Amino acid sequence: MQGFWRDTVEFFPILLNGVALTIVVTIGSLILSTLLGLVWALMRVSDIGFLAGLSASVINVIRGIPIIVLLFYLYFVMPDLGVTLTALQAAILGLGIAYSAYQAENFRAGIEAIDKGQIEAAQTIGMGWWLTMRRVVLPQAVRIVLPPYGNVMIMMLKDSSQASTITVAELALQGKLIASSTFKNTSVFTLVALMYLTMSIPLILLVRHFEKRAGKR
Amino acid sequence: MIELDDVHKSFGKVEVLKGITASVEKGEVVCIIGPSGSGKSTILRCINGLESYDRGGISVEGTRVDRNAPSIVSIRTQVSMVFQRFNLFPHRTALENVVEGPLYVKKEPRVQAMERGRALLAQVGLAEKADMHPPQLSGGQQQRVAIARALAMQPKAILFDEPTSALDPELVGEVLSVMRKLADDGMTMVVVTHEMGFARDVADRVLFIDGGVIVEQGPAKSVLNQPQHARTQDFLRRVLHPL
Repeated sequence: MQGFWRDTVEFFPILLNGVALTIVVTIGSLILSTLLGLVWALMRVSDIGFLAGLSASVINVIRGIPIIVLLFYLYFVMPDLGVTLTALQAAILGLGIAYSAYQAENFRAGIEAIDKGQIEAAQTIGMGWWLTMRRVVLPQAVRIVLPPYGNVMIMMLKDSSQASTITVAELALQGKLIASSTFKNTSVFTLVALMYLTMSIPLILLVRHFEKRAGKR
Repeated sequence: MIELDDVHKSFGKVEVLKGITASVEKGEVVCIIGPSGSGKSTILRCINGLESYDRGGISVEGTRVDRNAPSIVSIRTQVSMVFQRFNLFPHRTALENVVEGPLYVKKEPRVQAMERGRALLAQVGLAEKADMHPPQLSGGQQQRVAIARALAMQPKAILFDEPTSALDPELVGEVLSVMRKLADDGMTMVVVTHEMGFARDVADRVLFIDGGVIVEQGPAKSVLNQPQHARTQDFLRRVLHPL
């Protein structure tokens, strides 16, 4: 136990650098996946057949490819096609694209849960499609969508560790590097696990808050 | 001002409207009565393009109603609608519900829209409920907010789709009296209703619809008091004397 404390003091600052990158990757891909997911979802619920079909195919393709393969593709294959991305850019882009599929399905479920009468009421005061979405449907869908959205945030935080496979020195990779050079596997990975857990707890509380609020109405 | 000419409409294989021809003049109050499933609501929904129709023509002030044409927006701002289940926006206050159209569709200045919105809420007797959200209001109050929301678009006509059918009996009166006041002020109204008393006292004309056709029409009092057609007589007997 005494050894663990000594290791903690020694490794914590290095691991903290990893935490910073983990947070950057998580927030970056969260924003990207939210925006992309919203675009796919709106395309899907639009009455334009071509857009809806395109969005459905994109979502299925993304869902059918493992995140790690997507990351390899962006980082190792794109340079051959003339697009060179830094590891961090590739990580955010890859995770953002991968998660946009799940976000899209979540958003679509929220949008489709809104009573048809709401949309008709908006139409009868002369609102077009976009205004109806912006003023009537989306503000109500947010309430429904927030609890699962919180879960996606937690999953993303953990899946950001996959960025380690393309050399992003986030928490998991930092841990692995320290462990392989010091052989103190137990101390290092216990610390890494505790740090992920610490970052998850605020998100878990946030989800609980969302769920309580959604249950109220 | 509203003309329907041989309108046909099917949902899948079921033909709900089998050639409806009717017109509504400016300032007129027309009540549509008939058994459920007869196509009454569908007629209203076709007039403002919530539903498409298959054959025939509908026009509002000379403009053909086509729900896929850009002109539908201007038709909808001229012909407002009040729904059976109110369909107020639950995430906005009563006042916000009323000014939503003026602010975001008609782009009225905010101060002016708010002032008009408050006046409309006062007109339906809800001045003090302006900042309440719909779930905090009774059904009758919600429906009156919905009427204020329809009025806020300064429409030339309002379509009412069974406006009192979802209300507890003791709340029906407050909504009907607001509607009666509108009628007295000269608003053009098409009302699908089961309130025969309202139809008799307020409507200029009554259309009795059954099986997708207009079975009988005429001045309210004559249709309701001396129905000519056997189906009308039968329907009225069942509505007025259910036991």
